[in-house]
Amino acid sequence: MQPTSQLDRRNFIRLSGLTGAALVLGFRSSGAEQTADAALYNLETAGSTFEVTPFVIIDKMGLITIMSNKPEMGQGTYQSIPALIAEELEVSLDKVIIKQTSGEAAYGSQTAGGSSSVRGSYNQLRKTGASAREMLVTAASQQWNVPVTECYAENASVIHKPTGKKFGYGELVETASKLEVPKNPTLKKPEDFKILGKSIQRPDIPLKVSGKAMFGMDAQVPGMVYASVERCPVFGSKLISYDDSAALKIKGVLKVVKSERVYGKNKYEGIAVVAENYWAALQGRKALKVQWDYQGFDKFNSKEYEQSLRDMAKQDGLVAHNVGDFDKTFADSGIKLEALYETPIVSHSPMEPMNCTVNWMEGNKVEVWVSTQGPNIIKKEIANSQGISQDDVKVNVMFNGGGFGRRLYGDFATEAASIARAIGKPVKMIWTREDDTQAGPFRPMTYSAMKGSLSADGKVTAFQHKVISPSINGTSNAKYDKTKVDGTMVEGISDQKYEFPNMKNAYVYSETHIPLAAWRSVTSSTLAFAHECFIDELAVKAKKDPLAFRLELMSKESDAKKVLTKIKEFSKWGSPLPKGWARGVAQYEFFAGLAAHVVEVSKKADGSIKIEKVYCVIDLGTVVNPDNVKAQVEGAVAMGITAATKDGIVFEKGQSLQTNFQNNRMLRMNEMPKVEVMILADGGAKIKGVGEPGLPPVAPAIANAIFAATGKRIRRMPFDLNKIV
Amino acid sequence: MPVFNLTINGKAHSVDVDASMPLLWAIRDVVGLTGTKFGCGIAQCGACTVHLDGSPIRSCSFPVVAAVGKKITTIEGISEKMDHAVQKAWIELQVPQCGYCQSGQIMTAVALLKTKPHPTDADIDAAMAGNICRCGTYQRVKKAIHRASELMK
Repeated sequence: MQPTSQLDRRNFIRLSGLTGAALVLGFRSSGAEQTADAALYNLETAGSTFEVTPFVIIDKMGLITIMSNKPEMGQGTYQSIPALIAEELEVSLDKVIIKQTSGEAAYGSQTAGGSSSVRGSYNQLRKTGASAREMLVTAASQQWNVPVTECYAENASVIHKPTGKKFGYGELVETASKLEVPKNPTLKKPEDFKILGKSIQRPDIPLKVSGKAMFGMDAQVPGMVYASVERCPVFGSKLISYDDSAALKIKGVLKVVKSERVYGKNKYEGIAVVAENYWAALQGRKALKVQWDYQGFDKFNSKEYEQSLRDMAKQDGLVAHNVGDFDKTFADSGIKLEALYETPIVSHSPMEPMNCTVNWMEGNKVEVWVSTQGPNIIKKEIANSQGISQDDVKVNVMFNGGGFGRRLYGDFATEAASIARAIGKPVKMIWTREDDTQAGPFRPMTYSAMKGSLSADGKVTAFQHKVISPSINGTSNAKYDKTKVDGTMVEGISDQKYEFPNMKNAYVYSETHIPLAAWRSVTSSTLAFAHECFIDELAVKAKKDPLAFRLELMSKESDAKKVLTKIKEFSKWGSPLPKGWARGVAQYEFFAGLAAHVVEVSKKADGSIKIEKVYCVIDLGTVVNPDNVKAQVEGAVAMGITAATKDGIVFEKGQSLQTNFQNNRMLRMNEMPKVEVMILADGGAKIKGVGEPGLPPVAPAIANAIFAATGKRIRRMPFDLNKIV
Repeated sequence: MPVFNLTINGKAHSVDVDASMPLLWAIRDVVGLTGTKFGCGIAQCGACTVHLDGSPIRSCSFPVVAAVGKKITTIEGISEKMDHAVQKAWIELQVPQCGYCQSGQIMTAVALLKTKPHPTDADIDAAMAGNICRCGTYQRVKKAIHRASELMK
């Protein structure tokens, strides 16, 4: 990614090398207030009262620049966002310059999270492209003096149908730039799409196979120095004192300063070693002598905390959802099941460790280069933590070396800013993998107390999913209200399409001082494990096929029913498998979307389990790049297997036992099953997300397959595939 | 302090650094070639893979002093026009997602194909198991190595 300067209009035009007229369409807002529904304006006619922020620029040479307002972290927004404009503008993406926005208010939310980028922009950005196209077509008709109905746009040109005359867009911008922006441009019909719905090669991939892609880690600023920060691995500790005399003697070490990392209500102290290169900073850090006051937090350990969650499972908690009379039906039932499901804290561990480059300039003006899922978040958190105006924070969004929710938070950027301010020089702060593994924030664990009852003919009469967990919001927000149900922590458990006549879901809040965060598919990543494994338990108790049992629970038509029907067909459910193999199924529907998986596992002679194959059906409604959707689901499967079967984060004496990839293991090439993905994109009105829905069904489908293969029911993640039986 | 003479992608570079500095930081911070990535610092993830006289090494755990007099190749050096068979296969199969680990994946794959021009799935598993991809591109990496092998025929 090419770092760009703040894209106010003047700068932008200079950057683009524009001279003279150009067609520049953008959104405008008044000052720093974010306007979600900012109207589209032609910059040449909009006047200068407000800041107008360009989204599409076509210059006289025909050079087309399109802004992408969602950071690229591997999910494909560097293509999918400009594609929405390019499709309607009738240009191919390889003829377009793509620039990343930097948190400017007029572009609205630039956060890539919640699988929301395409869903949230689909209509507005297509409208932007269509407006530009209509203006260019009108301009051509005026220049030729022919009816506009005789002209059409194709391949960055406008063509006069009767004569075949042609104008390149560059030849039209002067006329077009004087026109009003059409309020309701006509959008193309899906059957006429040339880009949307097609598997077109992504524009970022050549950069990523040649070492040219610029990640936050690769930012280069003249005069830049490097920093590594020593923090207390025990959360909640206070710094007593430090001795930097040995550190300062190391060649290349320039300075040692105190730093502060702000994560919501939490402030974490650190000692930053600043050096000419990163290796010297690391050596200096090792030479520090630091005394911490643990404030009793060194007594914290996962074993006791987990036991407290088990004890709390006996509480009623806050009712999240209540239909019929669960208590009475369950009490009166002759056939009932109860189970407690347990999941761990896990790390995000994107391959690019947290890092941030900050230049603190005179007048408290700040420029930042960072891999982030949300430049607006970086601006806000640096401004708030440092007591400066957001308008004085300029953010250059770099390619993200993985996000997975971790880069939705600006804590590491606040830390880098505190160092830059203290030294008055541009500084690149890099977390080691150990920092990245141990410093959080982490995905929370959730425990699920499940109850269900069946009638004599195997129908579910009552169902309960009670979540016992700490809260993401609770660990960061000082105003967290624990008297109300935390919607995020019960995500999806009351939204599945199973028709239970009596259902009562609940939430039991548990306090913790460990910083927690959203992680790809958020709480659905753990709740689906309990929910869908317990459905399997009920199916077994009812002596029914698990997939047929699920479909029987869905009498009404729904997307979930459609997805389950498709996965049955796609996975050839019920067909013979090799000896020792078995299948499991799971589905989950939540804020980001809907998917169902069938996993095939085999039991080896030594008792170990191998995940052989994963079939996935993802329901989208509308798809931008089918091949990229498949890639995202393949990736979600890999991440889901890691979370289900590897280490998780375990605390002892207040700190994470896991430090790096040798003890916080990730799925590797030799462990990757074959993945086959089917996309349902029937053009439905509702567009669903891509990045996350492939994850929640992974763990329960594996566990259900393992039960089918071995008869052993798994109720705790992570589980070791070598030690199942 | 000693000055170390390094040959990176056929070009000579003199670096004035501590002898214990891993080659990775000399390449990134001193020479300024940023295609080679820092992932773990303990040779567990492979993001920092470069070639030393044609063999893959984890540059995060390889002291700069040991690289003197050897031919170092980084991702920037495997082709001038992005036309190495492995790069072509990677583009054709749209392997990268976030892309951060891919320099290392590609360097390991290039080295594998040099020693085994027609690797089996098991050969690929063995050679590539040291390269972590958190985005989970493994299925495509495997397919792309087979494809690169075809392209090299």
